[in-house]
Amino acid sequence: MLLLPAMCLLVTFTHYPVVKTIARSFYGFGTKWESKATLDNYRYLLEDEVLMQVLYNSFLYAAITVPVSIVLAIAMALWVNGKMAGKGLLRTAYFTPTVLPMISVANIWLFFYSPEIGLLNKLLGVFGHGGVNWLGDPSVALYSLMAMTIWKEAGFFMIFYLAALQTIDQNLYDAAAIENAGKWTVFRRVTFPLLMPTTLFVLVNALLNAFKLVDHLFILTKGGPNNASNLLLYYIFENAFSFFDTAYASALTVLLLLVLVVLALLQFGVIEKRVHYR
Amino acid sequence: MANFLKVENLCRFYDDVAAVQEISFEVGKGEFVALLGPSGCGKSTTLKMIAGLENPDSGTIEIEGQDVLGKAPGKRNLSMVFQSYALFPHLSVRENILFGLKARKVPKPERLKRLNSAVEMVGLGPHINKKPGQLSGGQSQRVALARSIVSNAPLCLMDEPLSNLDTKLRADMRTEIRSLQKQLGLTVIYVTHDQIEAMSMADKIILLNQGRIEQTAAPEEFYDKPLTTFVASFIGHPPMNLIPQKEFLLGVRPEHVQIVDVDTGSEISMVIQECDYQGSETIVTGEYMGTMIKVSMAGKCNIPSGESVNVRWEPGAVHRFKTEGGQRLEDNP
Repeated sequence: MLLLPAMCLLVTFTHYPVVKTIARSFYGFGTKWESKATLDNYRYLLEDEVLMQVLYNSFLYAAITVPVSIVLAIAMALWVNGKMAGKGLLRTAYFTPTVLPMISVANIWLFFYSPEIGLLNKLLGVFGHGGVNWLGDPSVALYSLMAMTIWKEAGFFMIFYLAALQTIDQNLYDAAAIENAGKWTVFRRVTFPLLMPTTLFVLVNALLNAFKLVDHLFILTKGGPNNASNLLLYYIFENAFSFFDTAYASALTVLLLLVLVVLALLQFGVIEKRVHYR
Repeated sequence: MANFLKVENLCRFYDDVAAVQEISFEVGKGEFVALLGPSGCGKSTTLKMIAGLENPDSGTIEIEGQDVLGKAPGKRNLSMVFQSYALFPHLSVRENILFGLKARKVPKPERLKRLNSAVEMVGLGPHINKKPGQLSGGQSQRVALARSIVSNAPLCLMDEPLSNLDTKLRADMRTEIRSLQKQLGLTVIYVTHDQIEAMSMADKIILLNQGRIEQTAAPEEFYDKPLTTFVASFIGHPPMNLIPQKEFLLGVRPEHVQIVDVDTGSEISMVIQECDYQGSETIVTGEYMGTMIKVSMAGKCNIPSGESVNVRWEPGAVHRFKTEGGQRLEDNP
């Protein structure tokens, strides 16, 4: 009984949509409902070349942005955690991208990336380079998006690492110093293992974000050119609200859910064994 | 070798406040030296400077005739046991002990040899694969000791290693540490605020107060000939009674005062305040010549408060100190 209010909300906004999505993926055709269950929507998944492109993009996007932003986050956290003047200012600077909404970030980077008036091409022009079509060139567009995502995410993850670093006992570093452990040994054998719980948390978040974030696509590329920078969630959006193929979008959503569940299971299964929880 | 460790004119300031001022002492090889003092007296800071974890503002530190200032802690050929043990929580007991040897790239057969002998010495055999979180305080302490033993460093620094243990375990570990030190011929600098630890373990005690050395001597001398009133009131349980006289402070230890029944005229009476029974002895507090003094009586003794008793002591048990500054005055003027 006491669970009822929470249940109502959960059912209305979580369970019901999930069930409906799954149902639609079997019974839907376009925006309409069919009377008979069919696997047509799923069959089309296999034949859809754009989907293959989109999936490839999504995985590449995750495979690059996640490790790079984690490594950068650790590096920045270690640096900012050191003793130096003006570190408060530096922390704020690193954290700023996180505070900004994705849409404004995308707008800022649009200004960097624009072919004619963009900051990056202006800079390249100084060195006599003709400039790169950052968002228009199919071979570059996806990487441009990645650079922006890393820029935004690394600062956010840094905060978690910073918090974790500050809980590590200074005596451990003293003990390691007495034992003649070099900087790298200390990082590899003390700092990094003690950061593992944070790394797991950040990894889950980073991966989920890699599949969840689409806001910047609306501003920057709209998935183009020729789907070169299209990601799974944006493709779902396109199918549902541009092509009005709600049924196919539902099938795609089920696919996305499966991907996320598998990833989550993998992470907790594999990494949990190696994580030391205090 | 007489001067295994030599510390000269060591000073350290924190924001213009002196934590350690002009501390000088020498330690011979194989000596057990206690740095004793109340909290905030600069003893831990001194230890950290010897270890190289902190840099002195001035002064020199020499180990085996070599100036070690500017050398990294790992290059000073010493080991350290921390108050919090500083065990790596994610590593097993075994890996904790081997940490230093791996960092120093000691070959594997040698590593195992040292590990086994150290583990046997401190009796950690069954716990070698446990994580520090699964160990009791005493076991963690042993891991910290083993880690220091395997390093084979001739100098071992201990920073209040027993303060997190309960009384009984503390007493056991005292004997154990002392016998390990003798067995291995270690030179130990042992920081503590507990006079019993210092008195029972050390060959030599250095008593610090507000960043300065009050007295450096063997334990007996601390008890028999305290150089200042600070030393007199720090050592002993309960500490020495200090009774202001016309020209000097008269000091007499509670265990040297006797309560006598007969009034022979030469004794001065004390008005009893309370009796604190402690098992083997009773600490009697009373007012004597306008000062509160404590008397230690063997066995149980229950004198109602307000009663007057006569006290006396042997002339040889008396210490005399200057009223100003508190320095000791010559014994037999």
